[in-house]
Amino acid sequence: MKFNLGRMTSRFWMGAVFLFLYLPILTLVVLSFNASPMVTSWGGWSLRWYEALAADTEILSGFFLSLQIAFLTACSSVVLGLLAALSLHRFKRFPGRTLFTGMVNSPLVMPEVIIGLSLLLMLVSVQRMFGFPERGLATIWLGHTLLGMAYATVVVQSRLQEMSPQLEEAAQDLGCRPLQVFFLVTLPLISQAIGSAWLLTFTLSLDDVVLSAFLSGPGSTTMPIVIFSRARLGLSPSVNTVATLTVVVVSIGVLAASVLIARAERRRAQEMAAAYRAV
Amino acid sequence: MAFTSLKGLSLYDKVTGSWGRSAVIGVPMVFLLAVFLLPFMVVFKISVSEMETVTFSEVLTWAEGVILLKVNLGNYISLTQDSLYIQTYLSSLQFAAITTAICLLIAYPFAYFMARSPADKRPALLMLVMLPFWTSFLLRVYAWKMLLADSGVFNNMAMALGLISEPIKMMNTPFSLVLGMVYTYVPFMILPLYANLVKMDLRLLEAALDLGATPWQAFWRITVPLSKNGIIAGSMLVFIPCVGEFVIPELLGGPQTLMIGRVLWDEFFSNNDWPMAATVAVVMVLLIIVPLALFNKHQAETAGGGRA
Repeated sequence: MKFNLGRMTSRFWMGAVFLFLYLPILTLVVLSFNASPMVTSWGGWSLRWYEALAADTEILSGFFLSLQIAFLTACSSVVLGLLAALSLHRFKRFPGRTLFTGMVNSPLVMPEVIIGLSLLLMLVSVQRMFGFPERGLATIWLGHTLLGMAYATVVVQSRLQEMSPQLEEAAQDLGCRPLQVFFLVTLPLISQAIGSAWLLTFTLSLDDVVLSAFLSGPGSTTMPIVIFSRARLGLSPSVNTVATLTVVVVSIGVLAASVLIARAERRRAQEMAAAYRAV
Repeated sequence: MAFTSLKGLSLYDKVTGSWGRSAVIGVPMVFLLAVFLLPFMVVFKISVSEMETVTFSEVLTWAEGVILLKVNLGNYISLTQDSLYIQTYLSSLQFAAITTAICLLIAYPFAYFMARSPADKRPALLMLVMLPFWTSFLLRVYAWKMLLADSGVFNNMAMALGLISEPIKMMNTPFSLVLGMVYTYVPFMILPLYANLVKMDLRLLEAALDLGATPWQAFWRITVPLSKNGIIAGSMLVFIPCVGEFVIPELLGGPQTLMIGRVLWDEFFSNNDWPMAATVAVVMVLLIIVPLALFNKHQAETAGGGRA
């Protein structure tokens, strides 16, 4: 009896939290098919806002710019995050390690207005001295990379910690040079973490408003900046269609990733079983 | 593990040449120094410079072979004398603290139940918590606007059902602001708490029960103290960014919900007063420096292997 009461509380609590988390997303999706020009009063099903979106050049050009920046950000963040995670994981002592840890982790929590303002003021000072860089794609990329690197480091670092050090030692005993160990043993073992870090930083960049607003110049308006300025003015049906398309893409992506991961794990289990049989 | 360390150096350290080591550490280090630390110094410098007609003045100047240092504390003085700034800082801290407390109240039982659910269900539950995180944060905050507005989904439904005769004012109030912040940040509280609770040794609870503790006593005297690190990490992940939050107060807050992130934004984008914006930022950093240090200490301990 008591046990059942506990289970009911647990189910109720989890159900309520999931409802809280998913209710706004569901609302966005349903209302994107609303025929009424009044966003929140239902006027039947329609695809009119999707047609409007296809002709919305402001959002579309913002989207392509955001896509480019997100791609560049994901690549640079993963490389820097991988190096930072390796440094923190392998080298327990080096000059400035405390400072290094602090600088890697702080962007995770630091209010974005502070990061955006300080980066911009520095870039302006640099520009005064050397005449470049102009604000635009490159400066937004720089800001997003700072944020993305912090997330990539956390993801890669936790995978490195789970990894058994014996595997690398075995490779070294068998005569691998450090770079060979890295490319033949370490990298394949953490490839999944690198993949999820890449996707995470890609979506972070695609979504960022504050850093982009500080670091963008004339003519470099990303999609979130467009959406934010419309959302500030009031409710806008075009925003709902963008949201729905995002949800669809993310769901497909997550589903595909889980299938791929499950398949890779099955294959690894089979290979390990085969290896043991061979012994 | 016996082979890993030799005179305190890991095998990896010995084999990797010092050149490779310097490159691995050096590249991210230089990047962070240039893009994270240097900008803070620039902000500090600009906060003590004066706004001139078009730009701000230089703090350090060369005049006839002498370095002139002109420090202007005017911004800091006007910030402490203007009660609106002080009120805004206090109310930002207050909103962040309330948000953190509510997140903890929601997330602790949730993470606890999740950690005690059957092991084969946990990955799916974890995925469900993470999934909203992957869809746009901006769009999810915007969605609350549709739900809470005077002619929004909640009011429309309640009026259609005859529960209320006129719309309840929910948007642009402290309620909508805190709701939006709790909604956005609750996964950041759930994840570290879950990671902590799922690793707990359940034999400790069995021992407590064997020794005559009630389940409630066992929870408060064993589970909660052992999850201290998760509570600290989660609270800092919520509290610190909330203090300087801009997007949520801008979309869901109102005139009476003072938030310092918005003040900074307005000083910069509307008033074009860069030194004042820099001053606001410096004071904000001072306010969050203790929680930030706590967070960094926790990160270094869990990730750096200091406790492993």
